[in-house]
Amino acid sequence: MGEATDARELTASRIPARRLEAENLHLWRGERHVLRGVAFTLSSGECLQVVGANGAGKTTLLRTVAGLMYPEEGQVRWDGADVRRDLRTFHAAILYLGHEPPLKADLTARENLHYWIGTRRRLPAEALAAALSRVGVGALGERLVRTLSAGQRRRVALAALTLSLASLWLLDEPTTNLDSEGQELVGTLLAEHLAEGGLALAAVHHELPRAVRGARRLELT
Amino acid sequence: MTWTWFHRLASPPHIYGLAGRLTPWFAWPAALLVIAGLWGGLVLAPPDYQQGDGFRIIYVHAPSAWMSLMVYTTMAVAAAVGLIWRMKVAHAVAASCAPIGASFTVAALVTGSLWGQPMWGTYWQWDPRLTSELILLFLYLGYMGLRAGFDDVQRADRASAVLAIVGVVNVPIIHYSVTWWNSLHQAPSVMQLGKPKMPLSMLTPLLIMLLGFTLLFVALLLVRLRAEVLNRERAANWIREAVSA
Amino acid sequence: MRPADQVLASVPTATALGAAPVSGAAAARLALLRDLKLAFRKRGQLVQPLAFFALVTLIFPLSISPELARLREVAPGALWAGALLASLLALEFLFRDDAYDGTLEQYALSGQSLTALLFAKTVAHWLLTGLPLALMAPFAALSLGAPGTAVPGIVASIAVGSVALSLIGSIGAALTLGVKRSGALLALLTLPLSLPVLIFGARATELAISGASIVAPLELLAAIAVLGVTLAPLAAAAAVRISLE
Repeated sequence: MGEATDARELTASRIPARRLEAENLHLWRGERHVLRGVAFTLSSGECLQVVGANGAGKTTLLRTVAGLMYPEEGQVRWDGADVRRDLRTFHAAILYLGHEPPLKADLTARENLHYWIGTRRRLPAEALAAALSRVGVGALGERLVRTLSAGQRRRVALAALTLSLASLWLLDEPTTNLDSEGQELVGTLLAEHLAEGGLALAAVHHELPRAVRGARRLELT
Repeated sequence: MTWTWFHRLASPPHIYGLAGRLTPWFAWPAALLVIAGLWGGLVLAPPDYQQGDGFRIIYVHAPSAWMSLMVYTTMAVAAAVGLIWRMKVAHAVAASCAPIGASFTVAALVTGSLWGQPMWGTYWQWDPRLTSELILLFLYLGYMGLRAGFDDVQRADRASAVLAIVGVVNVPIIHYSVTWWNSLHQAPSVMQLGKPKMPLSMLTPLLIMLLGFTLLFVALLLVRLRAEVLNRERAANWIREAVSA
Repeated sequence: MRPADQVLASVPTATALGAAPVSGAAAARLALLRDLKLAFRKRGQLVQPLAFFALVTLIFPLSISPELARLREVAPGALWAGALLASLLALEFLFRDDAYDGTLEQYALSGQSLTALLFAKTVAHWLLTGLPLALMAPFAALSLGAPGTAVPGIVASIAVGSVALSLIGSIGAALTLGVKRSGALLALLTLPLSLPVLIFGARATELAISGASIVAPLELLAAIAVLGVTLAPLAAAAAVRISLE
């Protein structure tokens, strides 16, 4: 019992306990009342699935939490502090992945990660290579992204997730374009991230993969 | 310190009502002042010893030019307020200012051109003031063009606000550079659209016109603002009650 | 433990350290290098603004006269018209691709100063378009009858002026990110703001051709460039954030 506790403390202390709170978020896009009083709390080790039909506001919610969009009412808090007070520090702690993997088609997979995640943390070459192998595109590191399939690009984006060391993952449809093996990978990465004390907010159409199936749900209508 | 008056200003229904009530208070004095100014300038004031009666167009040209600049500044300030404090009404004010300011600019250019004909014999000269005025017209057109480029009103508001602020910072720079440019190439025979030396009998109508034009601008702004607010809030509930009243 | 995990575990976590462990300057350098590398991957595109500049220069002898004496008089204007239009064309490459593929969004979410990152991109843009333009200008100038002694002055004025043009242009480029088919609008927004650069730059070129000292207009160009460095990236960052809303 003692060893198990120590092991958990060891991994949990890699990322200090964090808390994300959304309080009474209201947001209008033109005349549409997209977010109508959305509220939730997310703590270290937790994942929240945001579900809803197309146009229900899943992407809007993710972007509002990320600080890209500004709610007319309500607040997003990170560790109790309004994220608007210090957006840059908040951004250093999160990684947002939108619908399309944000990769430059004319750079190789490795270069993309170097210039992208490299602005967030020092990236030793071995870590880069290891991350690419982990997600199953280790052999494609020197290929230009324009030659990669949609699924392979998605995997490169997943590699970025693991490299970023962000506490909070904001994922918009993370399993898009992935085969069943790829979807399992997403589940595994998420589970590992949560086990280390990370947080995840994911907008999904279907249930998340098996490994994180027990995650709480937030339904947007 | 209660900011309630500020927050109430930010509420569209309140602004709609306020603008409606205030309009006559600006429109009537504006009409009176403009008529008085025109009477004073076109009839009462003595002819200029150098330019004869031709100078009289200054009574429309100078206030127009002055207003074109003042409206741009007002637009930029309103846009900045809207951008910083996220006030929809401030953005509506800025949007309402633009066509009015552009019209003043066109009026200044046309009257300046008409003034030039008896003075220079041509309808256009690259006089520094006229040139600056022309550039200002393009600044207005750019602002309105940028607004028109977005379907989303909120994005149009915010992007054009940044443009207005950048523009207002540039106006003195543009004016300085145009004056500098003109001074390099000044042929001695060209007469600038300068104000002739003015005794009080000439100056007073000018000041009256200036005040009248300012009040006219406010009146026009209030009218446009009401229309702008109506258009932006057309889905809201308060519209039905306000319009049927 | 898998080898990958061993490597990852040995690297200190960003979150454990608190603030981003990559300095703003290092991040900006990455942004600069990335854009330079990308440009060299698509070398063909780099040539386009320069070819355009050469073509514009060709228009003047064909439409005016082949006599070098006459061309020499219009050379400053021709060179700067070409430089202005070429740099306008090149602005398409500054932000548009990044906005489409989501990398601009990642810059805004990187935890680094967006202003610094955009400034780095603008510097890269100048290195790829403005500087080559300045180096090409002597050939165009000579073809328009400028004497060889004018070359250093022309290169200097276009080099400094194009810095200001890139910075001013970055504002318009950022503002029009959400607008479809924005070519004409970008020109409408950018040209009025670029006119002071045109005025001082053309004057410097004119003085260089006649053999006089270009210090005065060059200093004014440099002043505008410095003002641009301090203010333009701020405005561009605000505009980019608005486009991401």
